[in-house]
Amino acid sequence: MTTGTTNGPRVLEVRTRILKKNDELAREMRREFESLGLLVVNMVSSPGTGKTAFLKETLTRLTQRGIPAAAVVGDLETDNDARRLALSGAPVRQIMTHGMCHLEADMVREHLAGWNLSAFHYLFIENVGNLVCPTSWDLGESVRLALLSVTEGEDKPLKYPGLFNTADLATITKIDLAEACDFDREAAHANIAAVRPGMRIIETSSKHGSGIEEWLDYLAARRSAMKPSGCAFPAPPASPTGETSRSGIAMQ
Amino acid sequence: MHELSIASSIVEAASEHLRQLGGGRIKAVRLRIGALSCVHEDALRYGFDLVREGTPLATAVLAITAVPVRIWCPTCRVESELSGIQRFACPACGHLSGDIRAGRELDIESLEIETEHAVQPTAAGEIHA
Repeated sequence: MTTGTTNGPRVLEVRTRILKKNDELAREMRREFESLGLLVVNMVSSPGTGKTAFLKETLTRLTQRGIPAAAVVGDLETDNDARRLALSGAPVRQIMTHGMCHLEADMVREHLAGWNLSAFHYLFIENVGNLVCPTSWDLGESVRLALLSVTEGEDKPLKYPGLFNTADLATITKIDLAEACDFDREAAHANIAAVRPGMRIIETSSKHGSGIEEWLDYLAARRSAMKPSGCAFPAPPASPTGETSRSGIAMQ
Repeated sequence: MHELSIASSIVEAASEHLRQLGGGRIKAVRLRIGALSCVHEDALRYGFDLVREGTPLATAVLAITAVPVRIWCPTCRVESELSGIQRFACPACGHLSGDIRAGRELDIESLEIETEHAVQPTAAGEIHA
């Protein structure tokens, strides 16, 4: 060994995920959630899609039926959304990111401290309104829901394919406004299918309540399919290591 | 600008590898960035310039390989590269396929390092001159 002298450059093959630390934590969290029978949903969309109204309607119906559910909601500033959601009667916590454009697994974990997670059937994570940045961060969820509102235009999935491509389910929100917006349903469905072939789509109106029961049925089916300590979501493509992250990428 | 978080993760991960080797500095970081990763190369370079100051990566170069999307078509039984990310359809038969084989990479492939002393390969990776 030569000490004190600098050797020439060497190449260290690391072949690792850049977000390995987040991915590992998220995987650990998902294992814990699933072992507790807790279905965790990561809700992603642009700002203004109606995530909070949709979640409020969801929490209200679940709470009325005695189904325990909780939510954490991410925003850059203010706890306004947590206040709105708390009207549902469900426990809600606000994550203020103070400028950060997405949630990361450790932020979610930190905000779950003190909650008895085994008491809940569902945990909803309302991500920061953003159709780009949340894409790569696995939050330990079993279901990633992408929301698209009729007011945003049918081609939104084509403009932001990366995020739609990581989702398990899409909802088209504010469907009660479809006519007023000249919303082209067929084009919207085709565009979602183009960027995420085979993904189920539910049309919803938080105002009139349409589609919400279908969504609750979807959740119930996903939760009952979830085997404790098993994996609820469809297996991603096989990886050489056998280990996968939320986005189906092999991890080391 | 989530690229700043990604740049911080690169510095953190690379510094950790270097620590395991007993120190030194990093001359280059080779990345593989998939077309579906939602990472903008210029924004990543800008973020990297901000976060590397005062770290062993202070003078490191980012070498980025862009990875296009590849899908498997169950009809044609063939894997194809897509020219864009707006339609996951087999270029040969046009069928949509969600079986994505490449394009989601957000990986550190290798590090070009300069250590203070000779190093041995570790569990963290292989080393070659």
